[in-house]
Amino acid sequence: MARAISTRRKVTFTILGWTIGFLIFFPVLWTVLTSFKTEGTAIATPPQFLFFDWTMENYVAVQNRSNYMRHMSNSIVISVGSTLIGLLVAIPAAWAMAFSPTKRTKDVLLWMLSTKMLPAVGVLVPIYLIFRDWSLLDGLAGLTAVLTLINLPIIVWMLYTYFREIPGEILEAARMDGASLAKEIVYVLTPMAVPGIASTMLLNIILAWNEAFWSLNLTASRAAPLTAFIAAYSSPEGLFWAKLSAASTLAIAPILVLGWFAQRQLVRGLTFGAVK
Amino acid sequence: MGSIRLENVSKSFGEAQVISALDLDIEDGAFVVFVGPSGCGKSTLLRLIAGLEDVSGGRILIDGKDVTTTPPARRRLAMVFQSYALYPHMSVRGNIAFPLKMAGAGREEIERKVKDAARILNLEEYLDRKPRQLSGGQRQRVAIGRAIVREPTAFLFDEPLSNLDAALRVAMRLEITQLHQKLKRTMIYVTHDQVEAMTMADKIVVLNGGRIEQVGSPLELYRNPRNLFVAGFIGSPRMNFIDGAEAKKLGAATIGIRPEHLRLSATEGLWKGRVDVAEHLGSDTFLHIEMDGIGPLTARIGGEFPVRVGDTVHVTPEDGKIHRFDEKGLAL
Repeated sequence: MARAISTRRKVTFTILGWTIGFLIFFPVLWTVLTSFKTEGTAIATPPQFLFFDWTMENYVAVQNRSNYMRHMSNSIVISVGSTLIGLLVAIPAAWAMAFSPTKRTKDVLLWMLSTKMLPAVGVLVPIYLIFRDWSLLDGLAGLTAVLTLINLPIIVWMLYTYFREIPGEILEAARMDGASLAKEIVYVLTPMAVPGIASTMLLNIILAWNEAFWSLNLTASRAAPLTAFIAAYSSPEGLFWAKLSAASTLAIAPILVLGWFAQRQLVRGLTFGAVK
Repeated sequence: MGSIRLENVSKSFGEAQVISALDLDIEDGAFVVFVGPSGCGKSTLLRLIAGLEDVSGGRILIDGKDVTTTPPARRRLAMVFQSYALYPHMSVRGNIAFPLKMAGAGREEIERKVKDAARILNLEEYLDRKPRQLSGGQRQRVAIGRAIVREPTAFLFDEPLSNLDAALRVAMRLEITQLHQKLKRTMIYVTHDQVEAMTMADKIVVLNGGRIEQVGSPLELYRNPRNLFVAGFIGSPRMNFIDGAEAKKLGAATIGIRPEHLRLSATEGLWKGRVDVAEHLGSDTFLHIEMDGIGPLTARIGGEFPVRVGDTVHVTPEDGKIHRFDEKGLAL
């Protein structure tokens, strides 16, 4: 009897899980499908799901109109660059907070997180003016710096929770075994922290890749990443759904592939400490 | 050489003083046990010697050299932790070889010393395993192996056996004692277990509230405890304390008698009482007796003793085995 109930529950929850998963994924799927339609079919009612004349014309049109590769390389430079610089700052910070905390460590962590609660638009004007005066507008360096600073609290928090799981006694053992601080970091700390650093890195690349607010406001063409590239298809041309979808698909494809391959790392990184 | 000397060493964490200015001399090759209840500062004292904590005052000398500000890596001490603290990403071989690698030893030397250590500790067949694939006792052996390969001046053990089950603890206790005899190096061993202290130590340091209560060989502490704390802490079962009229008769504020120094009789004796609980261990019998006008006493009788709960017994302390203490708790 108990077995029958549990099987029924399993079936119910499996169906429920797949349904929710499909609903969440549907907008992405619809965008991809629409990108292969003609502009006419894209707005047809009732909407056509799979049985329409598949075409690549939108991709050709998008390629002809804008330089996808340049936007993509901008996105890579900005997301990878901001993540690496962020890690460079965050690893020592998280290390200090996790292994030699002071009375104020908790306050500093909360204060860092509180900056994420401030609406970004609240600091848009001062940052825009700084960018204008320092000639950083539409430049990769400026945007990378802003994204580094914006995601830094998240990187520090993630690494901090991760490092806290490493028992301090192991580091002390390394010190007793004659390891200098540098050797302790290279031979003991880093190998133990690699999964945490990797998942933090992946998540941050995705966050930076998808960031739109600052990219749109601080870049125009030269340094515009893929988010700005999509946006360029929405306003000036009216509602060209199929082309917009093609641009969106091109923009999300690389990060989707990365996310697919790294999903196990990501889940482990996000739930680390919660599930032992 | 491995003599260690503490001069006026103290340690505070913020407002709280954990170790109050103490002096201690540890001779080369000695097996010294720091024992005391939890929170007495014994682990902190060990960590001060290791260099994992900075002293708040005083000096630490190893072989006559001031190491107070020397980082742990350069004190030439090895430490075995309660949690084993093995490197989880390295094999047993990697763990044992790590201190040698840090010291810049050559490949052949590392290979030879790791093999030697593995042979001494019966770890030869586990060299390629990861720590998570080992049992508690094997992990503890790896931790000891990691300590012995670099031939340190002294070994520090921080409650190394408290995560093991009772049977394994007894076996490892013996192994560590044998290791000390083989290596003839200074060992400092921290435990809250007075049986470990009594069985392993050349010299016991009894700590309480960050102060040294007494230093001496196990039997010195057993025979001549300096105060009530040491008298009560060393020995199992615990020493019986009696105060009031019976103590006054002997000119003391409190008198103490060990359970094994009480003679029992069904018919005659100094004090009379009723048996509350009788614990028959076969080799010994522990009796908890409610004495008239004195209170509860514990008696230890060798072998089997035919007595039942509720029986009346007479108890007499052995001659010359009564410890007398003054109002301050110091031995008279």
